[in-house]
Amino acid sequence: MSGEWIFNLYVFVLATFVGYQVIARVPPLLHTPLMSGTNAISGISLVASLIAAGSHHHLSQILGFIAVTCATINVVGGFLITDRMLRMFRRKPDAKPAPLSQDRQGKP
Amino acid sequence: MTPTAVLLSLSYLVSAVLFILCLRGLSGPQTARRGLFLGELGMLIAVVATLLHKEVVSYEWILAGLLLGSTIGVAISATIPMTKMPERIALSHSFGGLATGLVGIAEYMREGEHLSAFKMGALGFETFLGLLTFTGSIMAFGKLQGFISGAPITWKGQNVANIGLFFGSLVAIGLLVVRPELHVVFFGIAAVGLALGVMAVLPIGGADMPVVISLLNSYAGLAACATGFALGSQILIISGALDGSSGLLLSMLMSKAINRSFANVLFGAFGTSLTPGAAGAPQLTKAYNEATIEDAGAVLKASQSVIFVPGYGMAVSQAQHAVRDLAAALERRGVDVKYAIHPVAGRMPGHMNVLLAEANVSYDKLFDLDDINDDFARTDAVVIVGANDVVNPAAKKDKTSPIYGMPVFNVEQARSVLVLKRSMNPGFSGVENELFFAPNTMMVLGDAKKTLLALIGELKEG
Repeated sequence: MSGEWIFNLYVFVLATFVGYQVIARVPPLLHTPLMSGTNAISGISLVASLIAAGSHHHLSQILGFIAVTCATINVVGGFLITDRMLRMFRRKPDAKPAPLSQDRQGKP
Repeated sequence: MTPTAVLLSLSYLVSAVLFILCLRGLSGPQTARRGLFLGELGMLIAVVATLLHKEVVSYEWILAGLLLGSTIGVAISATIPMTKMPERIALSHSFGGLATGLVGIAEYMREGEHLSAFKMGALGFETFLGLLTFTGSIMAFGKLQGFISGAPITWKGQNVANIGLFFGSLVAIGLLVVRPELHVVFFGIAAVGLALGVMAVLPIGGADMPVVISLLNSYAGLAACATGFALGSQILIISGALDGSSGLLLSMLMSKAINRSFANVLFGAFGTSLTPGAAGAPQLTKAYNEATIEDAGAVLKASQSVIFVPGYGMAVSQAQHAVRDLAAALERRGVDVKYAIHPVAGRMPGHMNVLLAEANVSYDKLFDLDDINDDFARTDAVVIVGANDVVNPAAKKDKTSPIYGMPVFNVEQARSVLVLKRSMNPGFSGVENELFFAPNTMMVLGDAKKTLLALIGELKEG
């Protein structure tokens, strides 16, 4: 029991480190999708909300219900809108005389 | 460990790996959508696995919340225009903050008195930070949406009060660790968290929003982390850490882009933001070149290379499609067109990139500050669409200017500069921009979208 928080601290520090390394590689171009994507991921507090909403305790159920609703809005909405944004980021070969070579690259 | 508990833990481990791969995918536009799919998969696994948790015994409230949340989430994301992204992000931070705050309160009500000291501390921190993020983000949303004034709202002693409340809450959390049965202290912390969110964001001006939004992002992540510590859930710790480090990194990038130290942004930005009007009354007596559409059109017709510099004004007048159309008209004439994107242009990180992507601008024409700043000297015409501070040469020369030291575009080095602006009034920051009075600058006053459309017509005629 006493060792649990040390263990969790390890997890926290290492995850922060990995997160920092991975996110440092995201170009400014994608900073808005990054923010909206991490927002969807942090909707993982849904997991904790589910436990609160699914317990015996009556008040906990009500608070948990509100929390589940809020977190689900973030998860569902966050992933959908990030995908909507990412679909718009495309490189267009318009007006440039190179569509042929690009087609060839597309087919191995 | 029971077999179910093992299965649960292993599912969370898979989710955590998928979340990291999701962020890894965001390192480039080609891999981003596949990455996002992995993130969605990770979330699905985590949610389904949690329903097997031994503490989950009733499902009515869960189902109701999931259904209601999904409906609202789908409705918002399907209908919201891209120009409203900063508002949506601020709102979703507030939902996230509220969820963690309420989970904290629920957990305390359920078993507050039986928690270990460390978990009690984490729980207090979670509730405080979650509720602070909730009201802070609501304030940010209000400022973006315009129902709270975008100008900084300041009052005497607010810094002292805010810092006092912050450290007071830390002390209270310490007290709670020793005496977890003190309900008054716990709900006091919750109330202070709510109040501090309001008080910390009100003094911040609209132009500082990219920093504030990133910072709130980071707080939301930290709150989720604290939840993980309180519940002993590693998946929450990992996801919260990913969200927190993303927000932290973005806030550091944003603060660098407005030349404030990170410490200044963390503690000082709340109050030391630019005082409006400090630079003196606008000197409208100075001479500037006001250009007609015909004059501006003639400049563009004579140009071989054009760089567009979009700012918040482009988002306000929803001019991104008109910008793209003008660029396309220029490209048809053989002109080389690029876009210069400042890290703090707009109201959130990457705001301009998303708007231009929406308008179908190819992303390889969008350039960051460092990549394009040497090109201005070789460029015939720069078209500034609703940007101000990011093109102010005072940031480079004038040590008394409030924005001195902020990295800005060298637009004044181009042969001619066209500024599309609503009027000659300085913006909220009240900082005079001498670029507007330079001999090679032409001011085209009026709504940016209308001006751009008129310029397209002008190019067609010639």
